[in-house]
Amino acid sequence: MAFLTDRKRASGMGSAKSGTEHHWMMTVSSWALIILIPLFILNFGPMVGAPYEEVTAHFARPYPAVLAILTITVSFLHFKGGVQILIEDYVHGPMRTVLIITMICLSYAAIATGIFAIAKIAL
Amino acid sequence: MADVNRGDRPLSPHLTIYRPQLTSITSIFTRITGNAMLLAALLIVWWFFAAATGPAYFAVANAVMTSWFVQLILILSLWAMWYHFCAGLRHLYWDSGRGLELDEAYRLGYAVIVGSFVLTILSLFLI
Repeated sequence: MAFLTDRKRASGMGSAKSGTEHHWMMTVSSWALIILIPLFILNFGPMVGAPYEEVTAHFARPYPAVLAILTITVSFLHFKGGVQILIEDYVHGPMRTVLIITMICLSYAAIATGIFAIAKIAL
Repeated sequence: MADVNRGDRPLSPHLTIYRPQLTSITSIFTRITGNAMLLAALLIVWWFFAAATGPAYFAVANAVMTSWFVQLILILSLWAMWYHFCAGLRHLYWDSGRGLELDEAYRLGYAVIVGSFVLTILSLFLI
């Protein structure tokens, strides 16, 4: 080991393998959310506390349904990327892997549940 | 040569001895707000699921969503949303290579804080 140079020790260990992809994914999803989030807040906000018939009738319409599905999907994909960096920064050892896998699975589960629910309301 | 002084080099300042600044505080709040919104996001997905299930289950979700505690969570999350929104815009601006000088970074920090509260109040009036 003592005969290895620093260059050789660092070779292949860097972030240059997939780090740029992660950053690009966060950039694209953040641009999408700049559009989606204000529209979703205005569209979803008045429905909190509204009666059942009004809520189901509202999200049966194309614009609120597609907007809600898109916002839930892109938000959780953005969260999946962000929380991974949070865990990588503060958690070490096997718990890091366990937590990252858990949060990725939770994100996909939330997306699937959201799409199922809104599709069932709309169709 | 490669192993000279390995592990015995001065470290960069750690959080515990670092004086909090506007730039560092607005940075960590981007992370805190972004991840804290998970709770509100899961509540919203659950509310949609309840609406899809039927009137009885929706009544439960509606009661939870309109309770004072969850209303507090939703309003705090609305602010967190706008804070993360403004801080995200700042990040995209930084990514273009601009706004990294100290005086402009401070102006952007104040803009993020003021912008988050203005947008929160504005959207509370609109919804």
